[in-house]
Amino acid sequence: MTQLGEAPAHPLDAPRFAGPVVQCQNLSVRFGKNWALNDVTAVFPAGAVGLLGPNGAGKSTLLKSLLGFIKPDKGSIKVIDLDVATSPLEIRERIGYMPESDSHIPGMNAVSFVAYCGQLSGLPATDAMQRAHEVLYYVGLGEARYRNIETYSTGMKQRIKLAQAIVHDPDLLFLDEPTNGMDPKGRDEMLELIHDLAHHKNVNLILSSHLLPDVEFTCDHVVVMDKGTIATYGPIDALKGTTGRVYELRIKGDEARFISVLRSEGYEVHDSDEDVMRVFVPGAAGDNPKVLFDLAARERVQVRHVRPSVPTLEDVFARAVGEK
Amino acid sequence: MPIHDQGYRRYGGTRAGIGRAWQVMTRAGVMTIIAKRQFLALMLFAWAPFVVRAVQIYVAANFQQASFLAPKGETFREFLDQQGAFVFFVTIYVGAGLIANDRRANALQLYLSKPMTSAEYIAGKLAILFLFLVSVTFLPAMMLLLTQAMFAGSLTFVSNNLYLLPAITLFSLAQVLLASTTMLALSSLSKSSRFVAVMYAGLFFFTTALFNALRGITGRSSFVWLSPTASLEQIGDVIFLLPPRYQLSPSVAGLTVLILIGASLYILSRRVRGVEIVT
Ligand SMILES: Nc1ncnc2c1ncn2[C@@H]1O[C@H](COP(=O)(O)OP(=O)(O)OP(=O)(O)O)[C@@H](O)[C@H]1O
Ligand SMILES: [Mg+2]
Repeated sequence: MTQLGEAPAHPLDAPRFAGPVVQCQNLSVRFGKNWALNDVTAVFPAGAVGLLGPNGAGKSTLLKSLLGFIKPDKGSIKVIDLDVATSPLEIRERIGYMPESDSHIPGMNAVSFVAYCGQLSGLPATDAMQRAHEVLYYVGLGEARYRNIETYSTGMKQRIKLAQAIVHDPDLLFLDEPTNGMDPKGRDEMLELIHDLAHHKNVNLILSSHLLPDVEFTCDHVVVMDKGTIATYGPIDALKGTTGRVYELRIKGDEARFISVLRSEGYEVHDSDEDVMRVFVPGAAGDNPKVLFDLAARERVQVRHVRPSVPTLEDVFARAVGEK
Repeated sequence: MPIHDQGYRRYGGTRAGIGRAWQVMTRAGVMTIIAKRQFLALMLFAWAPFVVRAVQIYVAANFQQASFLAPKGETFREFLDQQGAFVFFVTIYVGAGLIANDRRANALQLYLSKPMTSAEYIAGKLAILFLFLVSVTFLPAMMLLLTQAMFAGSLTFVSNNLYLLPAITLFSLAQVLLASTTMLALSSLSKSSRFVAVMYAGLFFFTTALFNALRGITGRSSFVWLSPTASLEQIGDVIFLLPPRYQLSPSVAGLTVLILIGASLYILSRRVRGVEIVT
């Protein structure tokens, strides 16, 4: 509904890249005898995608393969529709990378470091300098921007790593454990920033983390990794919704026996504190606790209390990783 | 509350094409080094021999009785040989930290996440050392030739010794490339620039001492290939059309230098990676 006199939508507000940002086909990476990635086939949609998995799952290895740092032993990778093996530079021009480990370029203060990174990504010197100031304010380092990075605290180092990754306004960001080592306040601020980048600045991003709340707060999609493979993936809401439900259950009767009955029927049960147990009812049956009542009636125990517990990504994660 | 109220804006300006990042790197590297006082002092020393020789040329051109000071072809060979000492010091001062410091700060993964290949990274770093080394070898030698023509008021000497132009170019290139690639390779092997400096100086003196010892024991100088410096001297003689000083085919000496440069580039290509694979 463009009306006369209405300002046209700013071209800079246009979405950056709508298709899948990353496509891996049978990707395998081996370090010596150890397969860090084992036949990974996955599609990362545009938007904010969490890459979730325990230590050693292969998250960083996957990101480094996407950057072309690691040559896969098998398989192929496309990032923003370009093949990593043949066009790594065209890809790296359009992405930003925030590495997991501490890193900076020695002998520079924060502004010159960030401006230098902008120039390396192709920005003219003056634009790079201007944007360096802007992104340093954006990540909350405005006051400290003339300090040498070697004097920064861990939290500040995380922020400056983010700044150098966004100074050239990338279409796609790889963030490897961005909240590592940050205090609760700093962590919240970092997550706010990431959320803002993804949802208000339209930056596509892949966030690697072993912390579920981080992914849940910032991302719409999740890819769960474990031992070099993809355990599950999909939109977070869908993963939480359709795969079943966890119920909190309290009964009167022989609790231990009922738990073993539940388990033998194939339900996952966590016996939590006091007399409450958490039962996972998978699939569509989980929409209704009827199955639990039926079982209780059969086993002649009395159900005292049933309450669907709010599904968390934690449940999804525990299940995905546990099934392996 | 939100810190990002300061805003993050989309960038709508121009972007340089791929393949330019190394120039940014070289420029920054050069600027960092010339900003150091110590380095300026070193450069001043490195240009002192040029001044002395320029004075000699002036005196020879203006006073008959001092004509013994007039330059010959060998003069330029000697001059570049002497500059070898400054090549050594500049290589250590400028080169030791070039990659080692980046390794210490984990900077390689940052550089290589930008649109820049590892070959470009190596080229950018080499260029820094190359420029400074050229400015203490090729540049003063050529200036000396120019000074001669100026003071003599004629191009007679230059045209009589035209071979000096390619000879100076070729020999300084050999000096500069040998020093810069070997130093850069050493620098890529460590995280400590101090260690690299000690290693470089150690290898330099050790190989020279080894060569001289074997020469003393055996009475023969065919072990030139053991010492990069001696190999360089040997090919320098050939380049300047002088009789070679050691008893070893100059082509073997040349091969030694080429192998050292090749091996250094190989080490660099192995070491400059986004990830270090530990197995
Ligand atoms: N540079 C390397 N050399 C050798 N093996 C490596 C290297 N990097 C990772 N690995 C191995 O690959 C596997 C996956 O490691 P990776 O760093 O990708 O895990 P991650 O999911 O990022 O874990 P974390 O949460 O701890 O960062 C591990 O078994 C690790 O030991
Ligand atoms: Mg990791």
